[in-house]
Amino acid sequence: MIVRDIIKILEADIITAADLDVEVKTACGSDMMSDVLAYVKDQSVLLTGLLNPQVVRTAEMMDMRCIVFVRGKVPDQSVIDLAKDMDITLLKTHFRLFTACGKLYSSGLRGGCENE
Amino acid sequence: MSSINLHYDVPGDDFTRAGEASSEVKRKLKQLGYNSDAIRRVAIAMYEAEINMVIHANGGVAQVQIYPDRVDIQMKDQGPGIPDVEKAMQEGYSTAPDNVRSLGFGAGMGLPNIKKYTDEMRIETEIGKGTDMYLSVHVKE
Repeated sequence: MIVRDIIKILEADIITAADLDVEVKTACGSDMMSDVLAYVKDQSVLLTGLLNPQVVRTAEMMDMRCIVFVRGKVPDQSVIDLAKDMDITLLKTHFRLFTACGKLYSSGLRGGCENE
Repeated sequence: MSSINLHYDVPGDDFTRAGEASSEVKRKLKQLGYNSDAIRRVAIAMYEAEINMVIHANGGVAQVQIYPDRVDIQMKDQGPGIPDVEKAMQEGYSTAPDNVRSLGFGAGMGLPNIKKYTDEMRIETEIGKGTDMYLSVHVKE
């Protein structure tokens, strides 16, 4: 799956675009950044309701290429600028976290852990 | 063996800036051509330590030494110290205040994550004086 597919599946709007053709292999839905730092695997997309700069920092440390903000939330400009610097695509979807994750899962995306 | 030494002040009063030092180290290691697994392990461990410093200790200093085969990180603060290190190493144990949880941290995964991603981890802490954390990530080809 590529970022463009995620945009379609989640009826998402682009907040800032980096590479939209980059492949996404796994996904993670969480508002706890330490959990993201503990479990996430390579080339992942992060779905979250959290809007602070540490969401982008966490994605940066994990080499994530895309963050989806759920429930139509948009972070403030400093967070968007940070994402631009890091070449991370930011999207927003009107779906809630559970539904957004479910839509991606049923489209074939997995959590990346062995038992998922 | 020659090394590259980097020094960072981690400001304690600004949560939004936490992670800047780790981000710079990550960029530097990328420039130097280290493999992505080693870079990510350094970045995550140092980032968690930086977040801890900001949450618990009002900031501190980070000293990073980059060798061809390993990266050593020393994180030094003058915070309250850790009363029970063994407990703090358990997954899920946290003394972070609620406002930190609303920011996405304080799940009790910080120190366990640091241990998971580093090859060496040593904590020296004294109540009322502060905490020194020594981390090392070995670079494997």
